[in-house]
Amino acid sequence: MHVLGLIAYVSGFLSTALMLGIACMGLNMQWGKTGLFNVGVAGFMGIGAYTSALLTTPASAGAISSLGLPIVVGCFGAMLVAGLGSLLVGALTLRLRTDYLAITTFGAAVMIQLVLLNATRYTGGALGFAFIPRPFASIADQPTLFAVLTLVLLALIAFGVYSILEQLVHSPWGRVLRAIRDDETAAISLGKNATVYRLQAFGVGGALMGLAGALQAHLIGFIAPDDFQASLTFQIWAMLVIGGSGSNAGALLGSIVVWGIWSLTGIVTGSVFAAEDQARAAALRIVMIGVLLCVVLVRRPRGLLSER
Amino acid sequence: MQIYAEMKEQPLPHQQLQQRPTQPAGPLLQALGLSKHFGGTIAVNHVSLTVMPGTIVGLVGPNGAGKTTLFDMLAGVAPPTAGRIVLNGQEQQQRAAHTRPTQGLARTFQIPRPFSTLTLLDNVLLGRQQQRGERLLANLWARRRIAREEGAARERAHELLEFVELAPLAEQPAGVLSGGQRKLLELARVLMANPRIILLDEPAAGVNPHLLEKLIDRIARLNQAGTSFLIIEHNMDLIMQLCRHVLVMATGRLLCEGEAHTVLRDPRVIDAYLGTTTP
Ligand SMILES: Nc1ncnc2c1ncn2[C@@H]1O[C@H](COP(=O)(O)OP(=O)(O)O)[C@@H](O)[C@H]1O
Ligand SMILES: [Mg+2]
Repeated sequence: MHVLGLIAYVSGFLSTALMLGIACMGLNMQWGKTGLFNVGVAGFMGIGAYTSALLTTPASAGAISSLGLPIVVGCFGAMLVAGLGSLLVGALTLRLRTDYLAITTFGAAVMIQLVLLNATRYTGGALGFAFIPRPFASIADQPTLFAVLTLVLLALIAFGVYSILEQLVHSPWGRVLRAIRDDETAAISLGKNATVYRLQAFGVGGALMGLAGALQAHLIGFIAPDDFQASLTFQIWAMLVIGGSGSNAGALLGSIVVWGIWSLTGIVTGSVFAAEDQARAAALRIVMIGVLLCVVLVRRPRGLLSER
Repeated sequence: MQIYAEMKEQPLPHQQLQQRPTQPAGPLLQALGLSKHFGGTIAVNHVSLTVMPGTIVGLVGPNGAGKTTLFDMLAGVAPPTAGRIVLNGQEQQQRAAHTRPTQGLARTFQIPRPFSTLTLLDNVLLGRQQQRGERLLANLWARRRIAREEGAARERAHELLEFVELAPLAEQPAGVLSGGQRKLLELARVLMANPRIILLDEPAAGVNPHLLEKLIDRIARLNQAGTSFLIIEHNMDLIMQLCRHVLVMATGRLLCEGEAHTVLRDPRVIDAYLGTTTP
């Protein structure tokens, strides 16, 4: 029983890490591959989470939505809406110049959070959105099997995303992205529409963040605006930088490492600090990730797995 | 200057090369009263030029004359302060720089701009126009076809690298190249686009003499096959061997133009090069 509990715990841990890893691969497409500075990751994840929640939650007591569509539909819807949302944000800052993009994405994330908090009719506001369907819900009474199956599903999705991204990165399309990152003027002189390529990369990244958000909603079955704060964006960035910006495998590894530190420090602060200090102890966990970030940057400036 | 002494008895291969049977009637590239101001500096001052299909036009003049700025305008990178550009009979004012290659115009840079983290082969492959594989979604549903096209493109890119004698370095990142090699890589890269007109900005600078001879020969052969050139160059060997028509710029203005031999003996041109001022 003890072993089964451990298996369930580790599976749950890895599922969450892979879900975050998908968002991190999205950020890698934007920053690592294209040099687009997105500091609104959590916002795009939030869009995905609430989109899928609205699409998939069935009618029941206290439920906000009643569409009850399949989870797959919710995930694709989340990708579509988050992808279009990031295209819109990208198009607003037309040429996606680094600093303007950073300001705009940050603003967009704040705005999204405010909408999630205040559009209570559709989001449940601060109280959150509950009764979101979870995959394998029929076997929820067998926690170990449930956790393992969920992990297998997450692993398949993460692997699928990884494969498609690797294929894209090594395609002529990915070659143009690298060329634009190297020397935009030269790429334009060879007929490449740099703005369109940047927008595409930004859209693909945003869609993946949306997918990750949707998966988060379906992993837990409950989401609230607080789940999509700037600290989440910071975590995803830490994952990418620690794992090795530019590398999708690095993005996944970084997610597991950072989420591991996050979970471990959670266990430690949980047992060391009194219940009323837990909220403040959480700040220590962010500090721990910051320390890890510094250590990795000093030891391996390009991350654990760098591009080449 | 040394260059003028040397150029007297040069052979003129272009006289045979530039006679081709059928040629479209209108000009290929036209600049009409182009000007470019940078704040107070007038880099290019009301310059007009015409490149007819199948010709090689030389553009010479001392440093700072505005030649590169003129290229930047023709290539669409620098919007003209005044004037018009017509390519294949199409006005270019409203067209972005990235549309030039598909319209048949390609350019190289005075200071080469290789994609330094990409391999030489990838650099050249990027010159190819309208690749299916460069479209995002096509990569999800037309993989086989893209792979086939990519294979053919690689073969062509290898040929071009062989021509510029860089084939042994095909898999190296372009950042390792010397200045002269970068020039040659840029040439291979634009040739990959199969352009109708190529703007070369000092193609011979830093290229060793043996390769320079090959370069001149290759430009002549490309021209024979129908490609037009507008060439900025300080190397008068190259200009005399390739260009029948030469334009001379100084301090932003078109000083004179005409047949290469005549123009380069013009006292005004010699003055401009020697830096003495003429009224
Ligand atoms: N981006 C720019 N900003 C300001 N001045 C420029 C710029 N580019 C070129 N110039 C100026 O325009 C003039 C022409 O330069 P350029 O076109 O490079 O000459 P050339 O290629 O004939 O040597 C020079 O005086 C140069 O300093
Ligand atoms: Mg110049």
